[in-house]
Amino acid sequence: MDTLDVKGLSCPIPVIKTKKAFDAGCQELQVTGTGNVSRENIIKFASSQGYAVKSVLEDPYEWSIIISK
Amino acid sequence: MDREKIWMIAAGVIIGGLAVLLVAMGNPGNMGFCIACFLRDTAGGLGFHRAAVVQYVRPELIGLVIGAFIAAVGSREFKSRGGSSTLVRFLLGVFMMIGALVFLGCPLRAILRIGGGDLNAVVGLAGLITGILWGVFFLKRGFNLGAATSERTSQAGGYIYILGAAILLVLLLIGFSANPSAAGPLFFSTTGPGSQYAPLWISLGAGLLVGVLAQKVRLCLTGGFRDFFLIGHKGMLMVYAIILVTVIVLNVFVDKFNPGFANQPIAHVNHLFNFLGLFLLGLCGVLLGGCPLRQMVLGSEGDTDAAVTVIGMIAGAAIAHNFLLASSAKGPTLGGEIVLLAGIVIVSIIGWAYREVDA
Repeated sequence: MDTLDVKGLSCPIPVIKTKKAFDAGCQELQVTGTGNVSRENIIKFASSQGYAVKSVLEDPYEWSIIISK
Repeated sequence: MDREKIWMIAAGVIIGGLAVLLVAMGNPGNMGFCIACFLRDTAGGLGFHRAAVVQYVRPELIGLVIGAFIAAVGSREFKSRGGSSTLVRFLLGVFMMIGALVFLGCPLRAILRIGGGDLNAVVGLAGLITGILWGVFFLKRGFNLGAATSERTSQAGGYIYILGAAILLVLLLIGFSANPSAAGPLFFSTTGPGSQYAPLWISLGAGLLVGVLAQKVRLCLTGGFRDFFLIGHKGMLMVYAIILVTVIVLNVFVDKFNPGFANQPIAHVNHLFNFLGLFLLGLCGVLLGGCPLRQMVLGSEGDTDAAVTVIGMIAGAAIAHNFLLASSAKGPTLGGEIVLLAGIVIVSIIGWAYREVDA
């Protein structure tokens, strides 16, 4: 599984990086970041593509989700 | 209907309604709410520029900051963070404001102006969209100002911005009540747009409400178009469409809808610079991660980089009026035209320079 760190990045860079990873052929990606907005946007993007999303970490400072094609 | 959609429809209707109400209660025409104009007036109220007609510390902005802060704390989204190319963001804030003051309004006011029938704002909106597309060009090539870091040891940094708004409110109350004729420690316009304002508590209350709603729905027109072009999301554009329809309907109802280009309130008819003004704003907004309103709200969520961007916008307003770069109803100034064009070049260079090499 590939990993992607989008901690602290401004909108919409986390989504762009996620999209780029899948465009490059990634099948399963663990994304770690900060802030609800980037998390919501990535999940929205993943759902719109029909990818499965699983939350693996949600603490006050950090979240991590696994997206699979 | 899910909660998110209900929030979005409520935000659109309430913000549109408040914008018309504030004009009916005394705010300048088509300026129920305008982040750029209000920051400019606030800069003047603090004496940072000498344009006597645009000096008033706008309670709407104080309310917006505090309302968004309350909403962020309530949803556990207040987190002090910062350190992502802060000086570059300050500079982008300056140029974002110069673009707004050449056009005469932020993206929210562009929508409110269209809602009043001001077709010059349609030209501006076309410029905004083009500027956003230019910004998206850099985003797609790996533009990134770098990661902000969370301040885990203390949240104090994030509170400074909120404290600043609270201090402004105290100064404003002193200005109104302790020494109204000399206006206390602040400057108050006696003529012009700065002298036109709704009653303090109505402005403050409206600002609080808009702040809460803007934080909840992540209100941002730049972000709305950006996400539509990048990933096909239409949700945010729908909120602005609701604001627009609400404002048109209410303006028709109160007989304030006057379609046309000429003689629109606080607007000029120079199509090229209406277009280019919001082009620069849209470009800066994409590189910063949000338009002026969104930067204000992010500041309230503890984003100290956004707070510095807001200070950059205040500095931009002071620069625009001290160096005669801001437009008036007569049109843009020569200095404004030159600096605007230079701004487009400089911000484009920033967009190109901050590409991640491996992106």
